[in-house]
Amino acid sequence: MDWLAAILTQILHLALVLAAAPLVVGGIRWLKARMQGRIGASPLQPLRDFLKLLRKRPLLAENASWISQAAPHAGATLALAALVLVPSFARGMALAPLADLVVIAGLLAAGRVALALAGMDVGTAFGGLGASREMSFAALAEPALLLVALVLAMLAGSTGLETVGALFQEGSLGLRVSLGLALVALLAVAVAENARIPVDNPATHLELTMVHEAMILEASGRHLALWEAASALRLTLWLALVAAIFFPFGTAPAGFALLGWVVGVAAWVAKMALLCLALAAFESAIAKMRVFRVPEFLGAALLLGLLAALLLFLSTRLA
Amino acid sequence: MAQRLGAPFCRRGRAPKLAAGDPLSPPAVLTALILILAGLALLAVVAVPLARFAWAGLVVHGFCLFAAAVLAGVGLAVLLAGALPVQALPLGVPALVAVDALSAWFLLLLGLAAACSALFGLAHPLAAPRLLAAYPLFLAGMALALVAADGFTLLLGFEAMSLASWVLVAADHAQAENRHAARRYLAFALLGGVCLVPAVGLLGGVAGDLSFAAIRVAPPQGWVAAAVLALVVVGAGAKAGLVPLHNWLPLAHAAAPSHVSALMSGAMTKVAVYVLARLLLDLSGPAQPLWWGVPLLVLGAASAVLGALRANLEEDGKTLLACSTIENIGLICLGLGLAACFRAADLGVLAGLAAGAALLHALNHAMFKSLLFLGMGEVAHGAASRRLDRLGGLIHAMPWTAGAVLVGAAAAASLPPLSGFASEWLLLQALLAAWRVGDLAFQVLGVAVVAAAALAAALAAAAMVRLFGLVFLGRPRTPRAAGAVDGPMPARLALLLPAALTILFGLLPGTLLGLAEGAVQVLVPHGMVERSGLAMVRVGDGGARYWPLALTLLLAVVGGAIWWLVRRRAPAGVARGPAWDGGFMAPPQHLPFGDPVTQPSAAGFGQPLRRMLGGSLLAAHESVEMARPGDPGAARVTSGFTDPSEARLLAPLARLRDALAARAEQLRDLPLTATLMLPFGTLVALLALAAWLEAG
Repeated sequence: MDWLAAILTQILHLALVLAAAPLVVGGIRWLKARMQGRIGASPLQPLRDFLKLLRKRPLLAENASWISQAAPHAGATLALAALVLVPSFARGMALAPLADLVVIAGLLAAGRVALALAGMDVGTAFGGLGASREMSFAALAEPALLLVALVLAMLAGSTGLETVGALFQEGSLGLRVSLGLALVALLAVAVAENARIPVDNPATHLELTMVHEAMILEASGRHLALWEAASALRLTLWLALVAAIFFPFGTAPAGFALLGWVVGVAAWVAKMALLCLALAAFESAIAKMRVFRVPEFLGAALLLGLLAALLLFLSTRLA
Repeated sequence: MAQRLGAPFCRRGRAPKLAAGDPLSPPAVLTALILILAGLALLAVVAVPLARFAWAGLVVHGFCLFAAAVLAGVGLAVLLAGALPVQALPLGVPALVAVDALSAWFLLLLGLAAACSALFGLAHPLAAPRLLAAYPLFLAGMALALVAADGFTLLLGFEAMSLASWVLVAADHAQAENRHAARRYLAFALLGGVCLVPAVGLLGGVAGDLSFAAIRVAPPQGWVAAAVLALVVVGAGAKAGLVPLHNWLPLAHAAAPSHVSALMSGAMTKVAVYVLARLLLDLSGPAQPLWWGVPLLVLGAASAVLGALRANLEEDGKTLLACSTIENIGLICLGLGLAACFRAADLGVLAGLAAGAALLHALNHAMFKSLLFLGMGEVAHGAASRRLDRLGGLIHAMPWTAGAVLVGAAAAASLPPLSGFASEWLLLQALLAAWRVGDLAFQVLGVAVVAAAALAAALAAAAMVRLFGLVFLGRPRTPRAAGAVDGPMPARLALLLPAALTILFGLLPGTLLGLAEGAVQVLVPHGMVERSGLAMVRVGDGGARYWPLALTLLLAVVGGAIWWLVRRRAPAGVARGPAWDGGFMAPPQHLPFGDPVTQPSAAGFGQPLRRMLGGSLLAAHESVEMARPGDPGAARVTSGFTDPSEARLLAPLARLRDALAARAEQLRDLPLTATLMLPFGTLVALLALAAWLEAG
């Protein structure tokens, strides 16, 4: 029966995150519009855009290779595969043993490479510009992410999300300064990885300031739909990751538990809504920074990760 | 973890004794090995008179392919069936050979890399007699260094490898830069020899028995151990390309013919790693202190970051790949250093994990870097340039090469589920556990090394995107790049073989770790290899796991589902139209593929990283010269960097050499008595030294 419950949890998780992904993007846009005194489009707009784009035939450049056609599929696949691994409302999913933080970082890196290659395929100036910036930012974000993984691995003894989440939900750790620093570092990495303000502007139409959008300038039709889907899935993934690691309250235990699942879904929806609200408020309150200020932003995240690990060494030594 | 140390460990399929009639029985395998070594040496001799004939290249590379297959076969057989005993070489001098699991692992690696290189050589053979003689000698030298069972044979093989590869680096000596590269290569090879000979002498001790068995009985202690560590790290590190002795590597790899660069990067640097592992971890014994591994750890991390960053700034394809080799050698040495530290701290499982990760990464890197160098060689043959700014759009002209290089680049960028990710995952997991060594200073070092390793991995991904994107994607930047074609069938096979192995090794890291178990036991005698199955590798009980097969299956299922859904909902096919090229005007008639200036350039793609990290690490600089207002002349951007080893190490050394030479020149003007006193004084000093050593 255990495996049946595990598979059922996995399927419910998949349905939940697929439903959540367009709502997360649409919801953040709607919240930002409200905060800025506009009415804003319905939170369902990204889903409608996706369905509309899917029906259109893509227009490819004359010299585009098979990379332009394969990369959108690869990007969406890698994002969805990574999202399937991050627990949402319950523990003990069928694919939980695969859910390792370093593996998820690897899947995200693969998606990033697919995106960068697609940007370079046609050989236009903006695609290459976006690709080079995206890869450079990632070079600084990755060490910060790994230091957060180090802090978690020290506490939980593993980089497996299941182990980490279970330990944090237990609450035996209490509040620690290191965890707070690690959370801030992870949030900074999440902002950079998802091309949000202040690193990149998801709503920009000025090519020179674009990073993520510059790489998909040439995409259209179903390819653009897949890229938009991949970006929505990635944003959902990062929010779910923050929720699963640092706020695992209300997550249902492994096994078949109907009431636990209902509570888990409600708690997850509430957590995600709060994170969306926080992101929207943060983006409304801050301006985009210059491209060459981004290293300072990510360097600060790296230093916070470093500090978190060092504090942890000292506290285990004192204890 | 401590009680696991003594846990019994049964080995599957590893019979302790072989039956007498077994075709793989030790004498037969060892005889085959010695015959192959002799055959390669003989081939080197007869290659010179044979070189008059057009088919000489085919014969030499064909035999090298056969020899490589035998070497790989011997390695695999020993890994599966157990070590071969020590045997004396019929040379007239006391030279011993033996194949234990560590040698066998590197023999397998050498055989596979050499097979790819020789296959490529069949398609684009070397021509000059000296090159045809040097190529088999290079292979034989590497194999001899790997199977040596005493210090003398090890040095013999190592130096034969160095000299033969020097001839190959100087292949195209008509060009001044290649002569420069070969000269610097020779200088570093000499440095390696100068350090390794006394190191082996110190290991041999007063008794002077250089056989590995004798050294293992009496490992070095005290200041001798420290001297051995310093000499071996400098000597073998110079050959492997560890910072700060990496300077020759980008020059030499760019100068050598492509399949020789592939062999140098894939196998020769690994032979140096083998020497590091053999002398420092195996022969120096397990009783060394914690700091024993720290030099390798620190230098490895520094090499990883510096190599990966330089790979993002280089504008020549092969130089870029050579810098990526520095990065990967850094990661491998980091793993070895970590294994030594864990071993000193009695953390057997973790030591086994780190050593296994280093060995696995050595094998994986040998495959994907051979693939990348051969792919770049194919590009250089097809498009007549290696400069990123003269290529572009080759994915249309050379689809086979592009596909294979994409696999190699993705593995070098450590993307799952390819081989580079599997070994770097293991390495990162070992690093993430570095804090278990109780020492606070080591813990802090561990955190810094984790950040450095992650930075190196991400920088390598950026460098690989830059390489693949500029060479194979976009529009051709020169007419020659537009007219390139894929190489002949052997060259394609030489790319497809390592590409297939890269995918396979990525899917089966657990099986490979099981195969490497004996080699890990040599490096970490009391350690325990974590039992890893076909489907999974794991860190320890309750630790992290990596399931490559399941992950690949998940990706296939998700990808297939997305593809099917999109196909059902979306209209089939695509429309084609011109790309919007940022508003640039239509290119002139003589540029049918558009103005290359409107495409991203090699320097432009590296600009963000040059500004973010290059300034502090590589003294990178940029300057813009604008025409005065009103002047329609073009603005010029100049940028560049200098490797810190150039300014901090080589320039002072060159000054020292000049000063010494000037001082030595003064000897010419000495009076007769002083001229006589000088050799006499030297003689007395040497006698005194000998007397003191005898007494001690």
